[in-house]
Amino acid sequence: MSQQGYVATPPYSQSQPGIGLSPPHYGHYGDPSHAGSPPGMMKPAGPLGAAAPGGMLPHGPSPPGPQQFGQNGAHAQGHPPQRFPGPPPVNSAAPSYAPYSPSTQSSYLSPASTASVTQLASQLNAMHINSYGSGMAPPGQGPPGPPSAPLFQGLPRPPQPSIMQPGSQVLPPPPTALNGPGASPLPPSTHRQDGLPGPAPLNAQYQPPPVPGQTLGTGYSPQQAASYGGGQLSYPGGFPGGPAQLAGPPQLQKKLDPDSIPSPIQVIENDRATRGGQVYATNSRGQVPPLVTTDCVIQDQGNASPRYIRCTTYCFPCTSDMAKQAQIPLAAVIKPFATIPSNETPLYLVNHGENGPVRCNRCKAYMCPFMQFIEGGRRYQCGFCNCVNDVPPFYFQHLDHIGRRLDHYEKPELSLGSYEYVATLDYCRKNKPPNPPAFIFMIDVSYSNIKNGLVKLICEELKTVLEKLPKEEQEETSAIRVGFITYNKVLHFFNVKSNLAQPQMMVVTDVGEVFVPLLDGFLVNYQESQSVIHNLLDQIPEMFADSNENETVFAPVIQAGMEALKAADCPGKLFIFHSSLPTAEAPGKLKNRDDKKLINTDKEKTLFQPQTNVYDSLAKDCVAHGCCVTLFLFPSQYVDVASLGLVPQLTGGTLYKYNNFQMHMDSQQFLNDLRNDIEKKIGFDAIMRIRTSTGFRATDFFGGIFMNNTTDVEMAAIDCDKAVTVEFKHDDKLAEDSGALIQCAVLYTTTGGQRRLRIHNLSLNCSSQLADLYKSCETDALINFFAKSAFKAVLHQPLKVIREILVNQTAHMLACYRKNCASPSAASQLILPDSMKVLPVYMNCLLKNCVLLSRPEISTDERAYQRQLVMTMGVADSQLFFYPQLLPIHTLDVKSTTLPTAIRCSESRLSEEGIFLLANGLNMFLWLGVSSPPELIQGIFNVPSFAHINTDMTTLPEVGNPYSQTLRMIISIIQQKRPYSMKLTIVKQREQPEMVFRQFLVEDKGLYGGSSYVDFLCCVHKEICQLLN
Amino acid sequence: MATYLEFIQQNEERDGVRFSWNVWPSSRLEATRMVVPLACLLTPLKERPDLPPVQYEPVLCSRTTCKAILNPLCQVDYRAKLWACNFCFQRNQFPPAYTGISEVNQPAELMPQFSTIEYVIQRGAQSPLIFLYVVDTCLEEDDLQALKESLQMSLSLLPPDALVGLITFGRMVQVHELSCEGISKSYVFRGTKDLTAKQIQDMLGLTKPAMPMQQARPGQPHEQPFVSSRFLQPVHKIDMNLTDLLGELQRDPWPVTQGKRPLRSTGVALSIAVGLLEGTFPNTGARIMLFTGGPPTQGPGMVVGDELKVPIRSWHDIEKDNARFMKKATKHYEMLANRTATNGHCIDIYACALDQTGLLEMKCCANLTGGHMVMGDSFNTSLFKQTFQRIFSKDFNGDFRMAFGATLEVKTSRELKVAGAIGPCVSLNVKGPCVSENELGVGGTSQWKICGLDPTSTLGIYFEVVNQHNAPVPQGGRGAIQFVTQYQHSSTQRRIRVTTIARNWADAQSQLRHIEAAFDQEAAAVLMARLGVFRAESEEGPDVLRWLDRQLIRLCQKFGQYNKEDPTSFRLSDSFSLYPQPVLLDSSSILAERILLMDTFFQIVIYLGETIAQWRKAGYQDMPEYENFKHLLQAPLDDAQEILQARFPMPRYINTEHGGSQARFLLSKVNPSQTHNNLYAWGQETGAPILTDDVSLQVFMDHLKKLAVSSAC
Repeated sequence: MSQQGYVATPPYSQSQPGIGLSPPHYGHYGDPSHAGSPPGMMKPAGPLGAAAPGGMLPHGPSPPGPQQFGQNGAHAQGHPPQRFPGPPPVNSAAPSYAPYSPSTQSSYLSPASTASVTQLASQLNAMHINSYGSGMAPPGQGPPGPPSAPLFQGLPRPPQPSIMQPGSQVLPPPPTALNGPGASPLPPSTHRQDGLPGPAPLNAQYQPPPVPGQTLGTGYSPQQAASYGGGQLSYPGGFPGGPAQLAGPPQLQKKLDPDSIPSPIQVIENDRATRGGQVYATNSRGQVPPLVTTDCVIQDQGNASPRYIRCTTYCFPCTSDMAKQAQIPLAAVIKPFATIPSNETPLYLVNHGENGPVRCNRCKAYMCPFMQFIEGGRRYQCGFCNCVNDVPPFYFQHLDHIGRRLDHYEKPELSLGSYEYVATLDYCRKNKPPNPPAFIFMIDVSYSNIKNGLVKLICEELKTVLEKLPKEEQEETSAIRVGFITYNKVLHFFNVKSNLAQPQMMVVTDVGEVFVPLLDGFLVNYQESQSVIHNLLDQIPEMFADSNENETVFAPVIQAGMEALKAADCPGKLFIFHSSLPTAEAPGKLKNRDDKKLINTDKEKTLFQPQTNVYDSLAKDCVAHGCCVTLFLFPSQYVDVASLGLVPQLTGGTLYKYNNFQMHMDSQQFLNDLRNDIEKKIGFDAIMRIRTSTGFRATDFFGGIFMNNTTDVEMAAIDCDKAVTVEFKHDDKLAEDSGALIQCAVLYTTTGGQRRLRIHNLSLNCSSQLADLYKSCETDALINFFAKSAFKAVLHQPLKVIREILVNQTAHMLACYRKNCASPSAASQLILPDSMKVLPVYMNCLLKNCVLLSRPEISTDERAYQRQLVMTMGVADSQLFFYPQLLPIHTLDVKSTTLPTAIRCSESRLSEEGIFLLANGLNMFLWLGVSSPPELIQGIFNVPSFAHINTDMTTLPEVGNPYSQTLRMIISIIQQKRPYSMKLTIVKQREQPEMVFRQFLVEDKGLYGGSSYVDFLCCVHKEICQLLN
Repeated sequence: MATYLEFIQQNEERDGVRFSWNVWPSSRLEATRMVVPLACLLTPLKERPDLPPVQYEPVLCSRTTCKAILNPLCQVDYRAKLWACNFCFQRNQFPPAYTGISEVNQPAELMPQFSTIEYVIQRGAQSPLIFLYVVDTCLEEDDLQALKESLQMSLSLLPPDALVGLITFGRMVQVHELSCEGISKSYVFRGTKDLTAKQIQDMLGLTKPAMPMQQARPGQPHEQPFVSSRFLQPVHKIDMNLTDLLGELQRDPWPVTQGKRPLRSTGVALSIAVGLLEGTFPNTGARIMLFTGGPPTQGPGMVVGDELKVPIRSWHDIEKDNARFMKKATKHYEMLANRTATNGHCIDIYACALDQTGLLEMKCCANLTGGHMVMGDSFNTSLFKQTFQRIFSKDFNGDFRMAFGATLEVKTSRELKVAGAIGPCVSLNVKGPCVSENELGVGGTSQWKICGLDPTSTLGIYFEVVNQHNAPVPQGGRGAIQFVTQYQHSSTQRRIRVTTIARNWADAQSQLRHIEAAFDQEAAAVLMARLGVFRAESEEGPDVLRWLDRQLIRLCQKFGQYNKEDPTSFRLSDSFSLYPQPVLLDSSSILAERILLMDTFFQIVIYLGETIAQWRKAGYQDMPEYENFKHLLQAPLDDAQEILQARFPMPRYINTEHGGSQARFLLSKVNPSQTHNNLYAWGQETGAPILTDDVSLQVFMDHLKKLAVSSAC
């Protein structure tokens, strides 16, 4: 039913409240009736069928006549023609396709196609598109032809252009007729929405590339057309129905110029150009903020800065019917402790003394700009629940002529979107002021960590980094106390009381029921105990130098830390440095259950689930005691990140992972992460509550959180990099005039041990016009939501289903726009709302993420790791993570301090003569073309030639040269705002490590599957067409 | 005739043996009628400065069921080089080393004066002495300080190569590793968790083959002591280290809220100590020395909860079966004691506190293993300090007065069987021809294990005459008993001490006077007391008292001279005169112008009568003209000092006067001839009345006589 709800016909219904991605499916996680079957009714017949509406199914793989091909041609628009005929540059003119259609057909029908494909492949140089063509054609026909297989296998050979993409097409291309609707005679131009109701044809965009209108060589063109079609349609993995589209009636064909499809870079640059460097004042309801990639100064004028809250749309639909129709998730990504640049005002602290914050009697919302004072200031009406409250006497103030309090601008809580309250004892545990938090460092001293020098490295670093414990600005020293534990299969606690001549070690071997063996002297003030601590840190590496204990425990380590905090009655954070699968006999003992055979089965989800429920209940205890766990992992093999990472995730901690840690390669990255993590702003023992005005409410939460009920978001700690994504659902109608109000209140303990409330308020518009809704969307936030929603779903749903849902919902959102907002145009036209122009490319990036790719080549731990990271990401981080930043370095203007303009993440954008820097927030690559300018090589590496460059380095040498300086500055700027230290890898073109690098060229077809942007766009287009039909 | 007294004394000095009867009734029936069983007090390691051990091994009877040791009572055929076992009459060839023996060239063990002889065994590895301190840290600051000092001091008294270990406990139990440089390291255990021996050893890393060790010292064979080296170290190596460690020892840091007792994990601490030694040095002499300042309040072996409002169990509670933790705790400590005994280790308990410390529950730890049990008010008293110091006193050879891991074997001639033993021992369950079916004390065996003993350790050994009445022992025949004690000497040598004694048989009907004259009433009183105490372990108090009373009455009936139904005619012979009335001190002695010195073994009380006290207060002793008064005051002090010097454990020394609060120690011991009940009858002038309902000796004796002469019994 649910599937019908949104797939079959408009109005698309949001079948389930509270479910973001695709209501029907997610809403029913665990509900066999839904989970069991593929979501879309459109795809009842398996992968292929999925792509085609039921009505279309009858179409055979080789339907009659050229029309089908023509239709294919329409789909093929995504592919730039230039790719095919080697030398001719990009070009796509609608007319040019027409002649080819017949041949397309023939190629399809004739068995010769295979041959021609190969021929094509061999003839054409390095063009992706060629490769598409070659790969696709055969599948379009039915079962993959022989040539495709070799191509597929050929994947690892980088220089061969064809290698890149074929994979996807080779996948089972069952013959299905696709879109009947596709029959539109018009060239498949995509329409672009310029923010106005009337859609502008994409063609316009396409036109600019002044292409000579070249047509493809006859021999090739048919195949290509066909192959494109196949390529586009068959979404790898989840959507292999591509070829079906070919069955449509022949259309005018058009090759898509990659430059002509919406460019994320263009969107980013446009926003930068119009809004960058300006002051953005949050003074009006529902305004759409600048993109996360745009630098500007934010001025709080009554709504929370977008640094704290970003929404998927800043205009909510008035009714849930509308919401269901549009299928646009209504969500906010909240980063309550986001770092604010120094040129913006820090949060004001409001202190009402013993009175505490002023709150609505009914809904308990905190005093904020949305409260309306009435009756001369004696009462106020709550903006959230409309309750009329008396103003407490201490808070009374007269109103001015426009009904505003006279002290409006003096009180942050009346005029600002974000501010803090000092909390009273009522807000403290046991009504006692909290103790300052503690940091406990827990070092795995098993054999491997000793041997590779890690223990020594950590101990050395702690000596320096402990000097920089976070502290309140007004304080001289940090209030945070520190403690130390080492462990292998037993735990060693250390007494580092300041009056001791030497530290004392206390071994707890009872890991089955771990306890804290000492009360006094475990958690100490670093300054007071400095000499004992240094003594200890000097001794630890030697103490275990002769140990050859290989086994470790893990859950007891967390337990110990948590018990220690509990005993000290304070919140805190555990820093665990761990390297192996905990196999020693103890609670939380794990076995190696990594099983590649599970991939692509219904049991694949178990790889993301923890192996035992020990960690789940441990996490619960940790949250209950304000114990945040940050885990530094140094695995050399499978360590079951899904299990080990659970506690860090649920306690608001961070998981860092350094595969095959090598001192000379990785220590810098690790140390940067460690320093950053210790120093960063953090709040402890937090509870977040989201309040909304009537008509809607928060229904689902994603992030490093723990929830015991449906409203209180508990967090052992939350730091400046962690975001919580909240989804909203209607429970009534929203009124256009009152808008939709959101108040996020976080009660927490500061690093100084003060209990505070941090309040963020945001007002959104409401509209009964779908166009308004689409106008106010923010794609970056949408992707953040989709990613978290999907990554949460992988615990319960087969990946295939999730991928389908993502594609479907993308198509639905766009189809709804097309149907309801765009000006009438040919059905075959792809029309994207301006605010979602890059949704397809980003969505494709998400689909290609290794978490959602069921491929045995990708390590299970890596997938679990990335899954976890994304769950707490803010919008800016997820944007970069899914669409990496690729900067040309060879064209660097060494005199400028601004970053060079990024280019799109596609191999076609690289050049042999170029040097490029790529960063995604976790990794950074410096790609060197084989013909890189020697002066740059010299300038950056201080070596005479390309061949001399040592790719082992992870930091660039400091060369007294503008190239070097500028590049290193760029790297540091990119690194600066990111929560994880990125390890720099030097990649030479055509050398083996390039394979890793290529995975990040997300517009291309993925190494391990995942379609190219162009293919995906076509796939989405096809879906839209189906929906519209 | 002083002969029997001399004989008894002489025997005791030479052999460390005192029999209740020194002439034995010749049949089972007669022996039963003697009331006091045929038994002896044996002090196996009685100090014998005049007895240098021989440096060879004993010669054993070749009969496998006998294996008695060659002794002066054996018949020897010097020509044939044969000897006849005096227990089983087996004829044995002398071993080759004895080829040179003759009437004039006898080995020591054949000479009559060597009825007790000690052999040194040269075989086997010598193992060091082991001292494991188990220290309660839930003490008052000054108590802990005093204890720490005592312990530090003790390090200088230990033999340098002795191994020493330290366990401290309070809320948790810490096993300290003693070999670490730069950082002090300890293994910590929850004080509430009952751990099996295996768990303890796993957790301490004792069971694992010492991999790192092997790698560190390739080629060297792995020896067990290395495993434990972390926790038990030679004193000379870690002397300084341990002194520092003890010095830094802090009171248990966990807060004790008002109205609570500190959480004291004595049960787990002991369990870990036992487990540690069990895993590292089984069957090697070792002392676990428990120092505790209060009752165990948590975990296995807890005696009382931590709520102060619930008082520790009293006798009243125990009698009414109202002592909540007692049975469980007793079971726990019994289990530990048995394990310790099995491993040949012993447990000392030094309990210093003003209130009870749960010794009742823990007593078997010392009792079954031959450990010391010392009770005091505080570790900061000379009572504890000197007692503790005295543990490490040395004998005339410079050896410690302690021995370990002894097995005592008793062999009897055919007319006798062993019924049991009462003392700091456990049964080894060795059946044999000389084991009686009737058990008195720990019976059913001819061998016992005594894990810890010193020159004063004494066992009561009970025998049964098995000769039938109609087959009397030939006149002039002698019964023989051999005591074989194998033990680990404090010099770490293995030694065997053999004592062989013989006594005459006498027909009880014709020679009752002989038997009567050879009665050792002191030994008999002790032996009967041991039986009474032993029974009290398993029987109700009143039943035991009744039994003791009945035994006494029967004895009086048997050996008293009286006319029936005439109490006034009742007389006992000299050899029995003291038996019924060991108490001589009477309340009538307490007079104003007297100074009293009372020694009750555990207490020495000097008491100044009222007038004397006034004189002293007036300072007469400082006036030259009253110098004799000064001497008078000094004399008991000197006497007391002399006793204090020698006694172990050091007695409580009380110097008090009339009306002093500590006079209670005297008043509680004297015979209450005057009480509030008969005060007026006795008049004001004589002695001090004792406020008690107990009957006085006079009343008791009167009653006894009445019953003894009564024909109704």
